[in-house]
Amino acid sequence: MAKLVEIRWHGRGGQGAKTASLLLAEVAFNTGKYIQGFPEYGPERMGAPITAYNRISDEPITIHSNIYEPDYVVVVDETLIKSVPVTAGLKKDGAVIVNTAKSPEEIKKELNFDGKVYTIDARKISEETLGAYFPNTPMLAAVVKITGVVPVETFLNSIEASFKHKFANKPHVVPKNMEAVKRALEEVKGNE
Amino acid sequence: MKQINPDVVAAFPITPSTEVPQYFSQFVANGEVDTEFVAVESEHSAMSACIGAAAAGGRVMTATASAGLALMWEMLYVGASMRLPMVLAVTNRALSGPINIHNDHSDSMGARDSGWIQLYGENAQEAYDNLIQAVKIGEHPDVQLPVMVCYDGFITSHAVENLEMLEDAEVKAFVGEERKAPFALIGQDPISMGPLDLPNHYFEHKRLQAEAMRNAKRVILEVAAEYEKLTGRKYGFFEEYKMDDAEAAIVLINSSAGTAKTVVDALRAQGKKVGLIKIRVFRPFPAEEIVEALKNVKAVAIMDKVDGFNAAGGPLFNEVVSAMYGKADGKIVQNYIYGLGGRDVTTYNFETVFNNLFNAIETGKYEVYNYIGVRE
Repeated sequence: MAKLVEIRWHGRGGQGAKTASLLLAEVAFNTGKYIQGFPEYGPERMGAPITAYNRISDEPITIHSNIYEPDYVVVVDETLIKSVPVTAGLKKDGAVIVNTAKSPEEIKKELNFDGKVYTIDARKISEETLGAYFPNTPMLAAVVKITGVVPVETFLNSIEASFKHKFANKPHVVPKNMEAVKRALEEVKGNE
Repeated sequence: MKQINPDVVAAFPITPSTEVPQYFSQFVANGEVDTEFVAVESEHSAMSACIGAAAAGGRVMTATASAGLALMWEMLYVGASMRLPMVLAVTNRALSGPINIHNDHSDSMGARDSGWIQLYGENAQEAYDNLIQAVKIGEHPDVQLPVMVCYDGFITSHAVENLEMLEDAEVKAFVGEERKAPFALIGQDPISMGPLDLPNHYFEHKRLQAEAMRNAKRVILEVAAEYEKLTGRKYGFFEEYKMDDAEAAIVLINSSAGTAKTVVDALRAQGKKVGLIKIRVFRPFPAEEIVEALKNVKAVAIMDKVDGFNAAGGPLFNEVVSAMYGKADGKIVQNYIYGLGGRDVTTYNFETVFNNLFNAIETGKYEVYNYIGVRE
């Protein structure tokens, strides 16, 4: 892993992209990394395009600007591809991870990007495991697998602890979320 | 605040400071602190309630931002002139209008002459460390002044980043279990506070208040030295970053200093002699010390995340330049207004500033009053 990894998330308000970026920061923090997780606050309404960011490093991070040349871009809502320049500034040797039922080859045609493209059907996974559309959990798992910012085994332990804390009042949803995570780790596929 | 467990917190929520009273009220409800939490109907009332509680001898804290701080204005002066140590966490946010929830320093810079001590912090760690030290600085017998602990809205307040915390017992031991008020409305020797003060005494009281602010300079360094022993983290009036042999330097406040540091590192790697000074203490203003730190630079850019609208420079610029007058003349000094209303401040902005400084050194030609990151 490079010393500093920068990730930019594109989602819509209510889909949990911000929460996913904060969870990723927490997971990386638990492995002793220096981390940043922060959203770009705009009009805070359901469905509006939002951006969130992660920096993860082996060394202290002092930079406090947004990320303009990310190593990875995560697209939580594929309809954004038509309205937001999601791959702007994305490094050539970086990668984009899209939540879509389409194949990496199909989605690549819609993206202005020649590098690696990964897809994951977070809607299907979420609806089949959680019974509702919460794409951020499968997306988070896919991001961990593709970026390698933390080892998968460490991630599984850490995220389970986070879920137990977050869902202290409804522990029955923890196994369902873990199933969503594990399926995402297996089902994310790429076109390298 | 939870670790300090103050006697009274009176607060009114405002973005992006809301989470401070919100989370603190949860600690109160859960019995994790035994603070009296006063939910008031405005920031004017919040500061008034804090003043009442501090006048009664309590250890008092609150938090606000932007228009909330503006609504406290009248009472800020009352609290400072009554010599009441209180701690106010200011989550720096632009002032209306037009309405904007994002970061700049218009709010606390507007309150710079209210008589409050002002500490600024680059990141969550410095905000935490400053808040703990603020209690001890303000309550020192030679100071007895309220303290604002300022940090950038959203950029610092709403980001997740690494933070080293002290144990609760260490914090309590550092600040002391309770405030020891030398005078109060209640107790063994109650006094009256805040009565009419006409020309025969008012001036003397203001003179004493100014003396307390001078004393604060010494106390701030004493408290920082004690804090360093506890944590290993060093604080002063400002941080000097790679200033030793710097020819071109930037002076600025809060989170953007971290972004500028990465540019300093990159330019240093190219052999360019650059550095930066990040102001931590704006009130009292460390005038002599800043001049000393700048004495060897050829060119300096002083950057304000606020426009003073005096058409001649931002507040930090004016204070640094007037400190330099007669003591560090003949230098190239530029002012840059940047980042208003949350405009993102990038490494590119700082590269431009350093380029401009080197150009000025080479050609002797430059503009004093500049804006960066704005569309003209």
